[in-house]
Amino acid sequence: MALERSEVEKIAHLARLGLDEADLPRTTETLNNILGLIDRMQAVDTTGVEPLAHPLETTQRLRADQVTERNQRDQYQAVAPAVEDGLYLVPKVIE
Amino acid sequence: MHRLTLAQIARGLADKAFSAEELTRALLARIAEHDGTLNSFITVTEERALEQARAADARRAAGEQGALLGAPIAHKDLFCTKGVLTTCGSKILHNFVSPYDATVVEKLTAAGAVSLGKLNMDEFAMGSANESSHYGPVKNPWDLSRVPGGSSGGSAAAIAARLLPAATGTDTGGSIRQPAALTGLTGLKPTYGRVSRWGMVAYASSLDQAGPMARSAEDCALLLQAMAGLDPKDSTSVDQPVDDYLAALNQPLAGLRIGLPKEYFGEGLDARIADKVLAVVEVLKTLGATVKDISLPNTRHAIPSYYVIAPAEASSNLSRFDGVRFGYRCENPVDLTDLYKRSRAEGFGDEVKRRIMVGTYALSAGYYDAYYLKAQRIRRLIKNDFVEAFGEVDLILGPTTPNLAWKLGEKNADPVSAYLEDIYTITANLAGIPGLSMPAGFIDGLPVGVQLLAPYFQESRLLNVAHQYQQVTDWHKQAPESF
Repeated sequence: MALERSEVEKIAHLARLGLDEADLPRTTETLNNILGLIDRMQAVDTTGVEPLAHPLETTQRLRADQVTERNQRDQYQAVAPAVEDGLYLVPKVIE
Repeated sequence: MHRLTLAQIARGLADKAFSAEELTRALLARIAEHDGTLNSFITVTEERALEQARAADARRAAGEQGALLGAPIAHKDLFCTKGVLTTCGSKILHNFVSPYDATVVEKLTAAGAVSLGKLNMDEFAMGSANESSHYGPVKNPWDLSRVPGGSSGGSAAAIAARLLPAATGTDTGGSIRQPAALTGLTGLKPTYGRVSRWGMVAYASSLDQAGPMARSAEDCALLLQAMAGLDPKDSTSVDQPVDDYLAALNQPLAGLRIGLPKEYFGEGLDARIADKVLAVVEVLKTLGATVKDISLPNTRHAIPSYYVIAPAEASSNLSRFDGVRFGYRCENPVDLTDLYKRSRAEGFGDEVKRRIMVGTYALSAGYYDAYYLKAQRIRRLIKNDFVEAFGEVDLILGPTTPNLAWKLGEKNADPVSAYLEDIYTITANLAGIPGLSMPAGFIDGLPVGVQLLAPYFQESRLLNVAHQYQQVTDWHKQAPESF
């Protein structure tokens, strides 16, 4: 099943990846080559086989509901592109 | 001094033959001399390394001992290092100075290891050639026109060129074992959950594992001993006692049952590599091992399954790089969507974008069952193959890679051809079992690797077999001519 150009644009939008018009044909072709490889899966009979999400099939441990971390906001925000008064700045979202 | 292994360094430091500071200075000088050619480091932390070395010397002078106290290493640049640039080989993290240490970094630092810096890698660990790094390709010390493998290519090249005795790596589909094979090193991917993933920049969370890379199995044992163990900060790390890896090295191999999977010796394998691998088997037989032909029938389905699961998890993990909280932000965004889209388009390289898009597609409405769940069902078949095989044998042996190190640029035009190189390594990640690659000889001056696979949590068995092999062979002691 080959992807059309419009589907590639939709996937890029879902992934919030800007796509260069000029790159679209090449990107579409490469993705279709990869999907061609992936589609070999469909020939495998997996009837009755349960999906395996975790190699050891353990469940996630839960920790006690206690505060263990101190506030390090200033330190974490030191690497942000733009902050003010402890808030992350982005372009205006609401007019 | 640069030819010493970690084990020899530990003895030299204990005997006061040299200090950690002298050793660190010698290696920093070697990095300055050679890394312009290799490009194995993204960041060299000279001042910090000398401080750590002096601190290690002081601890030793105060009576403290420890195999890694004063041992020089470096970290793959996807381990977060507090106060040090952590790029993951990507432009999108070009300015990310981590506010915290990864657990692996913390543990090795506590053991007294001296970190010389951060090593080059494929961007977000996506690649098998170390050519997708934003910081340029890494050269293979055995032949500078060839790739060192990836994604831990900087770790591999630096150790092979004797700039370092050992380093950390990570392995999602072979990223420790394949570069180890292509550069003549020993590298171990532990059981999923054996080593904490906390502070490792995530690629595919159900497959990623950190492990040691070095020039001998003994050195890998020394590093793993300090790296392994339960971490409350990583809910997938496993609460199971850590073996004494050094003590296990000297167990005799008498009675060891080795399985040779027919699927690992079939079409696509360079026949000369097959010969080298079978020669290893002959040596292990003289040490008391017995050999049996086995089958892992679902092996050929591993690549399609992996190239759904890994990109799907990556598309989710990499959504955090949005230009808002850290990392690269595009110039003059007109609105929030533009900020996201352009920061990501400009910040990620081609291979990362491809995998994000494949993963996004596989997880999108209407395709989840056909792709992601299907891949997970195949994943169980692959695990079942191993469980069955380990009912009959103690260890599985085969080639690490189907081919020798290829020329820089050779596989760039066709990503799928590079994906196929992962055939023998990705099954261990899908099943979660441990795997080790060790040197098995040379073809046309290029190293060949043999891979050993063991049941869950039997890292000690892998290190034991590799160490015993390395007691009667010297492939692992060979150095590239120019280094």
